[in-house]
Amino acid sequence: MTNYLVQATNLQKHFGATRAVDEVSLQIKSGEIYGLVGSDGAGKTTTMRLLVGALLPDKGDVTICGYDLRKQTELARSTIGYLSQRFSMYEDLTVLENIRFFAEIRGLSSTEWLPRSMEILEFVGLDKFKDRRAGQLSGGMKQKLGLASALVTRPQLLLLDEPTTGVDPVTRQDFWQLVIKLVSQPAIANPKSQIQNHESDGVSVIISTPYMDEASRCHRVGFMKQGKIIAEDTPSNLRARFNNRVLELRGNPINTLRHVAHQDEDVEDVAAFGDKLHVRVREGKSSLIMKRLPKEIESAGGVLTELRAIPSTLEDVFIALSESDSNVSRHSNTPTSGDVGVREVNND
Amino acid sequence: MTESVIVVENLTRKFGDFVAVDHINFEVQAGEVVGYLGPNGSGKTTTIRMLLGLLKPSDGKATVLGYDVFKQSEAIRARVGYMSQKFAIYDDLTTLENLTFYGGVYGINDKARIQRTLELVGLKGHEKTLTRDMSTGWRQRLSLGIALVHEPKLLFLDEPTSGVDPTARRAFWDLIYELAEGGVTILVTTHYMDEAEYCERVGVMRDGKLLAMDTPTNLKKSIITGDVWEVYAHPLEKGLEILASMDGVERVGLAGDHLRVISSKVRKDAMQSLLSRDGVSVERIERGEPTLEDVFLALAR
Repeated sequence: MTNYLVQATNLQKHFGATRAVDEVSLQIKSGEIYGLVGSDGAGKTTTMRLLVGALLPDKGDVTICGYDLRKQTELARSTIGYLSQRFSMYEDLTVLENIRFFAEIRGLSSTEWLPRSMEILEFVGLDKFKDRRAGQLSGGMKQKLGLASALVTRPQLLLLDEPTTGVDPVTRQDFWQLVIKLVSQPAIANPKSQIQNHESDGVSVIISTPYMDEASRCHRVGFMKQGKIIAEDTPSNLRARFNNRVLELRGNPINTLRHVAHQDEDVEDVAAFGDKLHVRVREGKSSLIMKRLPKEIESAGGVLTELRAIPSTLEDVFIALSESDSNVSRHSNTPTSGDVGVREVNND
Repeated sequence: MTESVIVVENLTRKFGDFVAVDHINFEVQAGEVVGYLGPNGSGKTTTIRMLLGLLKPSDGKATVLGYDVFKQSEAIRARVGYMSQKFAIYDDLTTLENLTFYGGVYGINDKARIQRTLELVGLKGHEKTLTRDMSTGWRQRLSLGIALVHEPKLLFLDEPTSGVDPTARRAFWDLIYELAEGGVTILVTTHYMDEAEYCERVGVMRDGKLLAMDTPTNLKKSIITGDVWEVYAHPLEKGLEILASMDGVERVGLAGDHLRVISSKVRKDAMQSLLSRDGVSVERIERGEPTLEDVFLALAR
């Protein structure tokens, strides 16, 4: 029997007539980085809030580290670190004072918080800036402070809600290295695990993001759309579902290639990526299309310089799965009404 | 017959002793879709502000749509569109009311033109929808519509698809490519490689300098000269340490459940045997493809 750190069963949450979270079940192992991937309004943040106990589900149960979130709320919560999208810190307080504040409201005693804070600040690389006012930190440093504050109570489960929004790639890379180290070096997060009823060896992370370059770093991802998880697997297994389904085309003029590809009946999706096109084709049709497309392009007056099958990306997979899940149109100017979606209710 | 929409020569901006933008040169042709990347503080925004005539350059020259950014900034601003992720649309107004309002700001009162814009961004039939009831993807279309209502020849986009899923992002970029096909030039600043991959050419800035500007394919070829390997091994941390100190490894990073290694010298078997020797079990080592993120990290460090 596998011991799951997080077990959520059939979670449901309505806001009025909107099903923000619709029958979501999650099983997260310890040491796992799980990505909740989808657009704003897909239900990611609401799911996160249900998992931290900030919102009560209309239906469904959550168990974290063996504690029932409904009945043992405080115990369950004590195992969680949460970095919300709009992490608030006191700009007039120093880095260390901010952490102290978060440590004390979470009940850490004065003998505990200081050594713990220094350890965490060193881990995130802010130890040299402990006396700097938070308002004076760069965007990347603020984010690390947020992470440090979420880690100060030695959580078993870390929930990160779109943590790298608006952060540049170098900073994002640093942040991810920290997250990955956290799950592979449990000592940093939890040297003396106080959780008795869970034979845990590593922190688990649930991270939400609308970006595929982030999703690809997770151990497993769940694609969310309209409150549902429409697919869940490791990034490489998800990509493998579309083996031999994506072709890359180069040539001139690129717009001619694009129009020709769009008209082929076995082509499901065409995307222009700068100097190349990615074309998703129906299952089993790729060799047929690879023979047919060059002729079609030539007769339309275009020049094809390269045509090859390429490994699919997570983005290709997400789009393909979203389309088969609902009838989202592939044509840009005719979005279906199902696409409008009501934005997630923000109640903070 | 190509026509340069942006021409930048030795453009420089100093703030005191700090050189925010340091003698940059580039050109953008009509109908091109160009991405502009760089870490925070690298000079991206300062460059864009100079191109919009909002900030006087300290040195150098720039023309936008044929107008001098020093002397004719009013003429430029009247002909460019700007869409920011933080763009304010009025939540309690409908789609049509927002467009009409912002059209009025640009002196556009022509109802047919507003209808055309609505159609262009795919919001026809949703004229009466309150903006606050729309998903992020749709609000972004409306923001784009607002940036387009005065029919600009040049469009600046700042992280235009932040917060939307790939489906909405792709639909948005389909729209951008249609605009480009119609002759509109697009300049996109972004932190996200998901967005940068869509651009025809990408420029990377660091410390005020434009380090490279080329197609994503050429950037990957010219900047990432080594091979990319994806190493699946346990424990990862130890594997990282070993490979990081291995001779000939240019860069190694954690990528979720595997390591990403870039090296032009090291071969697969060499990594395999070194890792095994030091007690790291290797599940498999696969060839990876260079990404724009690799390019960015190689240039930005």
